[in-house]
Amino acid sequence: MDKSNQLSYCRGFFTVLKRDVAIALRQRGDIFNPLLFFIMVITLFPLGIGPEPNTLARIAPGIIWVAALLSAMLSLERLFKADFNDGTLEQMLLSPQPLTILVLAKVLAHWILTGLPLVLISPLLALLLNLDHQAYLALVLTLLLGTPVLSLLGAIGVALTVGLNKGGVLLSLLILPLYIPILIFATSAIDAAGMSLPYDGQLAIIAAMLAGSLTMAPFAIGAALKVSTN
Amino acid sequence: MQFDSLQAFFNMGGYGFFVWCSYGITFGSIGILIYLSATQEKRNLKHIADKLKRDERLKAIRRNKNESKA
Amino acid sequence: MWKWLHPYASPEKAYQLSTTLFPWFAVLGFSLTLIGTIWGLMFAPTDYQQGDSYRIIFIHVPAASMSMSVYVGMAIASFIGMVWQLKLADWSAAAMAPVGAVMTFIALITGSFWGKPMWGAWWVWDARLTSELILLFLYLGVIALYASFEDKVVAARAAGILAIVGVINIPIIKYSVDWWNSLHQGSTIKITEKSAITNDMLYPLLMNIFGFGLLIGAIVIMRFKAEIIARSGMRPWVKTMALEGENK
Repeated sequence: MDKSNQLSYCRGFFTVLKRDVAIALRQRGDIFNPLLFFIMVITLFPLGIGPEPNTLARIAPGIIWVAALLSAMLSLERLFKADFNDGTLEQMLLSPQPLTILVLAKVLAHWILTGLPLVLISPLLALLLNLDHQAYLALVLTLLLGTPVLSLLGAIGVALTVGLNKGGVLLSLLILPLYIPILIFATSAIDAAGMSLPYDGQLAIIAAMLAGSLTMAPFAIGAALKVSTN
Repeated sequence: MQFDSLQAFFNMGGYGFFVWCSYGITFGSIGILIYLSATQEKRNLKHIADKLKRDERLKAIRRNKNESKA
Repeated sequence: MWKWLHPYASPEKAYQLSTTLFPWFAVLGFSLTLIGTIWGLMFAPTDYQQGDSYRIIFIHVPAASMSMSVYVGMAIASFIGMVWQLKLADWSAAAMAPVGAVMTFIALITGSFWGKPMWGAWWVWDARLTSELILLFLYLGVIALYASFEDKVVAARAAGILAIVGVINIPIIKYSVDWWNSLHQGSTIKITEKSAITNDMLYPLLMNIFGFGLLIGAIVIMRFKAEIIARSGMRPWVKTMALEGENK
């Protein structure tokens, strides 16, 4: 094969990454809507439960993380949809680049656009929910390590349902069970931090999940895309 | 036999409600599953037979139309 | 071995083999379960700590172990179907999913009925229970995904990927009682060392585990046959069978 007119893996990766980020920056709704949703869900809780600071501090880790899961799911739905509709996805499947690398780039772009803003804004929301100040670092760290896992695992479900018209409800049934372990360890880490206990154990487990899903999920996503575009 | 009387057997040392409920639900749900699985094949066969007959009828109608045209 | 197995890759042969195997599974499974249940309910000694409530173990443990075994079986079948493009493996996976879901449901319900008198709560959020609940969700996800594709070849592939991804949950369930301090008691039956249970309780429990396994085998065979029929409706042998059944 002629090597000269073929992109290197690295260039292929960054081309897809840049393209996805550029598209999202042009239609800013894709970035802001999930973030707004995240903030809205979190502001609903104090209104529903009552503004007692102690109660709010107690449930803050859970609320923030559940809101993060939901907003990740909401934004994931669009991950492959547009590309599937206009045929870009098929071109990607046909391209000589390994699908896993292109898929990894798409997922990374998704995380940069939806996961990262969420991590950045989370201290502000923790402030609103009166979270213990010792727990701030734990919150940011768990979100930093955990949201990429959400994007990676969620992308498997999205890839499976991209060919379906009514994928939305099904998607939540498929990927929320996979999200539960992250939710458990992340909230327990934040709780531990709130009580000034060591939480590096939980953090290590989330990091292990990140490492595991980073290496294995792209293959599953690739296989799922091949199945559903068929 | 661990129990002195039928009464004691149903009572299960005071845990009768829990023991019998769980046994009831278990064998009830397995029973429903067995019934559904056993009739599934018949239903599928019926479905296929219906489809074949429908195709047969459609073919016959088409044939009649062609004949009447000719 | 491959030469011997090869003819069974044809749906018709597999259907006939299932028909021959079915009575063995059904009769053995049914009688083992019956004997094990009666033995467990009436003749096994009363537990000195938990009284007679422990008798739920004779259905709870078999159902729970089957819920995991069926899942592993389903994932292996999906894997085979995906790698070797074997349609029969896909169909067997599709036949297993609802059965496994029912087993998981039974394990959860009976566990709840056992937990209420022992722990004082119908449900506690501990590792074993939560991971078993996730297993139920995974089963439901696989079933829903399989049902939502019109093209069943694609459906089997998609559901298979989900099943394989979900396998990671199985060791978590299995070892959750060892890894975390759980309210759920540790495993009773140990393969390598002496079991933490007297033989009078162990034998009916083992009988029920094997009985459940065979009974599930029988149910899966029934569903598998139905799946073969549904998927090969255009084959001549199925057509004749359907018309014969109609004329009877």
